[in-house]
Amino acid sequence: MSGEIPLWEVFIRPRNGLAHKHVGSIHAADEVMALQAARDVYTRRGEGTSIWVVPSAAITASDPDQAAENFEPTADKIYRHPTFYDIPEEVGHM
Amino acid sequence: MALADALLELADDHLVLGHRVSEWCGHAPMLEEDLAMPNMALDLIGTARSLYSRAGELEGKGRDEDDLAYFRGERDYRNILLVERPNGDFAQTMLRQLYFAAFMEPYWTAALESPDEAVRGIAGKAVKEMAYHVRHAGEWVIRLGDGTEESARRMAEAVEELHPYTGELFDEGTGDAALPSRASMRDEWEATLKNIFAQALLDWPGEVVPMAGGRHGNHGEQLGHMLAEMQSLARAHPGVTW
Amino acid sequence: MYSQGLIGADSRTEETPEFLEAFQRRIDAEEKIEPNDAMPEGYRRTLVRQIGQHAHSEIVGMLPEGNWITRAPSLRRKAALLAKVQDEGGHGLYLYSAAETLGVSREQMTEELLSGKAKYSSIFNYPTLTWADIGAIGWLVDGAAIMNQIPLCRCSYGPYARAMIRVCKEESFHQRQGYELMMSLAKGSPEQKAMAQDALNRWWWPSVMMFGPHDSASQHSDQNMAWKIKRFSNDELRQKFITATVPQAEYLGLTVPDPDLKFNEETQLWEHGPIDWDEFWKVVKGHGPVSRDRIKARRKAWDDGAWVREAALAHAEKRRARKMAAE
Repeated sequence: MSGEIPLWEVFIRPRNGLAHKHVGSIHAADEVMALQAARDVYTRRGEGTSIWVVPSAAITASDPDQAAENFEPTADKIYRHPTFYDIPEEVGHM
Repeated sequence: MALADALLELADDHLVLGHRVSEWCGHAPMLEEDLAMPNMALDLIGTARSLYSRAGELEGKGRDEDDLAYFRGERDYRNILLVERPNGDFAQTMLRQLYFAAFMEPYWTAALESPDEAVRGIAGKAVKEMAYHVRHAGEWVIRLGDGTEESARRMAEAVEELHPYTGELFDEGTGDAALPSRASMRDEWEATLKNIFAQALLDWPGEVVPMAGGRHGNHGEQLGHMLAEMQSLARAHPGVTW
Repeated sequence: MYSQGLIGADSRTEETPEFLEAFQRRIDAEEKIEPNDAMPEGYRRTLVRQIGQHAHSEIVGMLPEGNWITRAPSLRRKAALLAKVQDEGGHGLYLYSAAETLGVSREQMTEELLSGKAKYSSIFNYPTLTWADIGAIGWLVDGAAIMNQIPLCRCSYGPYARAMIRVCKEESFHQRQGYELMMSLAKGSPEQKAMAQDALNRWWWPSVMMFGPHDSASQHSDQNMAWKIKRFSNDELRQKFITATVPQAEYLGLTVPDPDLKFNEETQLWEHGPIDWDEFWKVVKGHGPVSRDRIKARRKAWDDGAWVREAALAHAEKRRARKMAAE
């Protein structure tokens, strides 16, 4: 065949109240086919209540080579965490 | 008992079609479809099992689902001819599925009002399954009808091949007050099909000479082969537990 | 399958020692490697090969069991078998997806399978001759597969490990349904019991061989263990499998077809007799009893489906064009 059938990423909401989570991929020619394939492949055991499909090509990912500059600078900013601040016990829960 | 016989007809439809669809397992045009088709086959076989069990209960001769499925011959099977048609190519398989599911969806919807509790239970589950089959098979009919030149030709051939067998869907057969009238499904069935055919760029067939006989045990030649295969092991060892 | 995925894998790399050491430090720290991370070429190549072979094994593995779907002797068994074979298709799909994160497409992998370039587990080149074979495959072949797959859930490559977790979760019913099926036969009529023994006789040695060659004959094992692509040696896994399975055969009242099988009181392990490695290599190289039929069946499905896949793409293109025109 001439072209390859595109790859899609599948996200499933396990139950209402939870966010959609990436579960895997499927191949489909268009979005209608992609949703049905995702349903038939990834919800055979009642794994979800809602499905998102996204063409894999539409995802922009951060570059792992920039992981250090992206994610390490936050490591020493402990003032963003509540335990950085001491509150006397008698004040109660805060 | 009329209800037992009528349920047996329905059960045979579901088992025979489920068996046909299961023949694809491992041989589908793409891997995603190798998962989709067993889902459909499992729905149909599951419904057949419930229907056989209820029919056996009503009959009162102690026959269970396997006695009814494995120890009746082709003259005793009461399925319509449409469901026993060989798979043919993928276009024929999807069209056969659509023809059947587009009938069963309104049928089960009506059966939700049945006075028989077991029938209502079966209908409640099957109606959702059939709605999905209509969508899945319907999308394929559209995709193939409005795809390439080759797929459009194959889809048109499938219509020519299978349409004559659709009339039997509406024959009342044994019928029973606890079940919906089959003839009354025609309008909804036609509306569903015509809508899909329009999107698939398929012509709605004019008058066709209807093919029927399955409800009286007058089948085509292929059913005998299918049953011979399906029943061979069970019949070689009658009375054992598997 | 699984450990056989490494037969013939070439894991040599030419990266600098500093790069390789840094990579190894990540692996040693049990860090997972993710798709876009820098990785040695040998690591990538080994994974593509192993995950691809694992995926092919699942797909070809649909055929021997699929052979009995239309003859299953009860509706309950028919449904269970259909669901199981479907699961195998799903597992193949998850695994192809994992391999695709390494830059190889499913179409490429399929072509390699059909041309005979890519291998798959030797076990699927044996025919399923009776219904008892379905039980034996579930019990022995899936049992052996699980031994291999559970450690792979901790494989260093993230997408592979995640796919394996999903596979293992789903697979837990497979071995149980196989053993339960064997139980019905073993406790059934004399013909059923004979059928069960015959299936055990035919499937035992191929199952034992599934773990691949002895450690002493396995060329790339050390590198793959170091990279945590593989976490136990072939012989360790084989030993675990035999020790778990022999008592299960006894419970069924069936005899394991190994006259040299003996229990070592000291190690508390069952020790097996000599394995026929000539047969193993013959089957791995594509001369198993039904090797040609398996590939022929896969090729037929692929070729017969070409017009369907083309139509799906053509229709998607039309749909897109119409949507654009409407906007």
